[in-house]
Amino acid sequence: MPDATGLELLAQELGDSVLETVYFRNRATLEIDPETVCSVLRGLRDRGFTLLASVHGVDYHPSEPRLGVHYELLDMARVDRVTVKLRVGLDAPEVDSVTPEWPTADHQEREIYDMFGVVFRGHPNLRRILMPEDYEGHPQRRDFPVGGEPVIFTRDERKWLEARE
Amino acid sequence: MAAGGIDVEVKRERLGSPVEPEGLRVRDLNAHQLLRGADIEGPNRPAHLEGEELERYVEERVLTTTLDSAVAWARGNSFFPLAFGLACCAMEQFHTAGPRMDIARFGFEAFRASPRQADLIILAGRVSIKMAPIIRRLYDQMLEPKWAISMGACCSSMGVFNNYALVPADKFMPIDVHVPGCPPRPESLMHGILKLRDLVLADPPEGWRTRYAAVGTEEAP
Amino acid sequence: MSDGPGLSDYRRREQSVTLEQLEQPLDVPGVESSAELLTLNFGPHHPATHGVLRLLVTLQGEIVRDIKPVIGYVHTGIEKTAEDKSYWKVIPVVERMDYLAYYFNAMAYVGAVETLLEAEVPKRAQYLRIIHLELNRIASHLIWLGTSALDLGAVSIFLYCLRERDIVLDLFEMSSGQRMHTRYFQVGGVIEDIPPGFERKVREFCKVMPARADEYGAILNANEIVLQRLRGTCPLDAETLLSLGVTGPLLRAAGNPWDLRKAAPYSSYEDFDFKIPVGTVGDNYDRFAVRLAEIYESVKIVEQALDGLPEGPYITEDRKVALPPRHELATSMEALIHHFKLVTEGFRVPPGEIYNPIESPRGELACFVRSDGSSKPARVHMRDPSFVNLQALSHMVKGSYIADMIATVAMLDPILGGIDR
Repeated sequence: MPDATGLELLAQELGDSVLETVYFRNRATLEIDPETVCSVLRGLRDRGFTLLASVHGVDYHPSEPRLGVHYELLDMARVDRVTVKLRVGLDAPEVDSVTPEWPTADHQEREIYDMFGVVFRGHPNLRRILMPEDYEGHPQRRDFPVGGEPVIFTRDERKWLEARE
Repeated sequence: MAAGGIDVEVKRERLGSPVEPEGLRVRDLNAHQLLRGADIEGPNRPAHLEGEELERYVEERVLTTTLDSAVAWARGNSFFPLAFGLACCAMEQFHTAGPRMDIARFGFEAFRASPRQADLIILAGRVSIKMAPIIRRLYDQMLEPKWAISMGACCSSMGVFNNYALVPADKFMPIDVHVPGCPPRPESLMHGILKLRDLVLADPPEGWRTRYAAVGTEEAP
Repeated sequence: MSDGPGLSDYRRREQSVTLEQLEQPLDVPGVESSAELLTLNFGPHHPATHGVLRLLVTLQGEIVRDIKPVIGYVHTGIEKTAEDKSYWKVIPVVERMDYLAYYFNAMAYVGAVETLLEAEVPKRAQYLRIIHLELNRIASHLIWLGTSALDLGAVSIFLYCLRERDIVLDLFEMSSGQRMHTRYFQVGGVIEDIPPGFERKVREFCKVMPARADEYGAILNANEIVLQRLRGTCPLDAETLLSLGVTGPLLRAAGNPWDLRKAAPYSSYEDFDFKIPVGTVGDNYDRFAVRLAEIYESVKIVEQALDGLPEGPYITEDRKVALPPRHELATSMEALIHHFKLVTEGFRVPPGEIYNPIESPRGELACFVRSDGSSKPARVHMRDPSFVNLQALSHMVKGSYIADMIATVAMLDPILGGIDR
């Protein structure tokens, strides 16, 4: 991981796109403006972070803006990692897709769309990937119910059956 | 040899064996003589079998059965499981077919890939809502009489994952035996399969609709 | 293909037939081409896809022109379920994700939580973890080898590999009571020390395993069918693999020696001396050879770990994170209170976000944990290597035959539980 000063220098180089830097437990995170994600990733790639290891989504409910997308970058030559994160609200859940430049983000952005509802502009094939195609709702959001079957113990069975009728 | 290569010499010789040709008693016994116990040698040879002795004698030597139980015996001892593994339980299913817990000693090693050739579907693993209609279609493609084992906690009940993405197998297809465990040991799965075998040897009605009182659920044409 | 005076008529005829006409790139639309495109569905239920993977394959004759994987058939909502449970209850849920590398799933998650808590894992626990992780790597590679050989037609290898894997699962049962999904790793260490006799049995296994791996190599490497199906089929260079985010044996087969155990060692991997097998061409044979060689290296690591196993506690001494030993419950009131709090509510983790990567048998397996200060995680995400590696499949098989596609899917080692989570 770049250390704290290295992180600050990196943030300075990337300029206005970086809203905040977090250095926590020896790991570096840059929080950026959602509109600039492609240029930031390109800039980091020029500085050696060539492998996009993971793209995943987070729901920050109840704190706004609610939906977050994290990009984990890895510099293999120096064994450095940096996290780039951005947050969008539910009212405008659109982010530019990085798939054209980073082909690894293809399925991963589809998963974020499926689970959280973040729409990636410019994605070649934005469809549901894990849930059935006609499923409604975005399951991994914090206010989506976990669901599941009620567990009926033998002592409750008769009551449950009666309640059903 | 056909091309005329090697020289072959054929020699006949009589084996000087301790058994003399006269010692081999090959006799044609007809049924009448058999029933009279003519094949028993020695001092116990009865002159004539009668009544209870005759019944016992026949029972020891002849197997009688009804056609139904014969067919049930054949069915129960020759399940063709469908090679169908969904998740972690499939790994333990492999071990049931593996060398230690050998499923072949019961005769069930012929895992068929095609549902049309299988008569036992072992649902090994968690059934998600996307997979459920496909499993149902596989079950419908199987030919009667067919049996289903739900292996593991995830398809029997919801198992570890009580959430939006899973469906217990009972909701969309009839299951004969539920095997608990997460994943069940190969011994447990074997126990479940043998319980199913006991069920089948007891010759239940054929169609699964009769077995589960589901007559009337056929699809309307 | 060999050439020379000893070549029979049959072989010469075989080599004279080419499929040049079919291998032309697709024509401009509107121009009539003699070959049609057929889209075939390798459905979720298929004997040769490893699990419930659905492939929509567009074929021109026998050549694959395009392939689209459709996944989601084992989606279990693991990440959503994990948000509902206390931190230590998440471990069994997360273990069932990549169901062949269950210790690795637990390790990634537990490592992330330990980083958040800044909990220290004792040295003995780290060594025990490594022993179980490497045994699990061997078990995972054995099932991969068995099922891949089954796909290629070599049915007996499947039974041999299951024989070895039964021994490994017996070892797991000895240490934790359960063959698979053992929840042996806990936050701060391992749940229990190894029983007496475990070390002896592991050493017996380590003596036997390299010889058995030699046998598998001997059978498969001398088999002409296996060699012809794997050598030279579906190669992909390291650069494309990196742009697709592929790591693990697939990347190492293409020549890039990236392994997190050496590059960014975690849990005392730096104490051990082992090599990283690396391929040259990046075709299916290299992927097969790299994984087979990794089995030997894992055996070496297990032996070294047993030799150097330090004495000490097997879980962190911090009572706010780990359960106190049972005998203390009878005498100490504090131990009782800690036990009660830990079992009912669980420990609280300071707020933060951590991404913790490790090297699983399939590549970089990472766990992202976000905590908001309560006793339940706010987000658990597993970055599964098979999910990302699957994207490389279409690049690998474009332009090759169906049989090569089957071999490539086998060599890719996809685990649908990890892909679908």
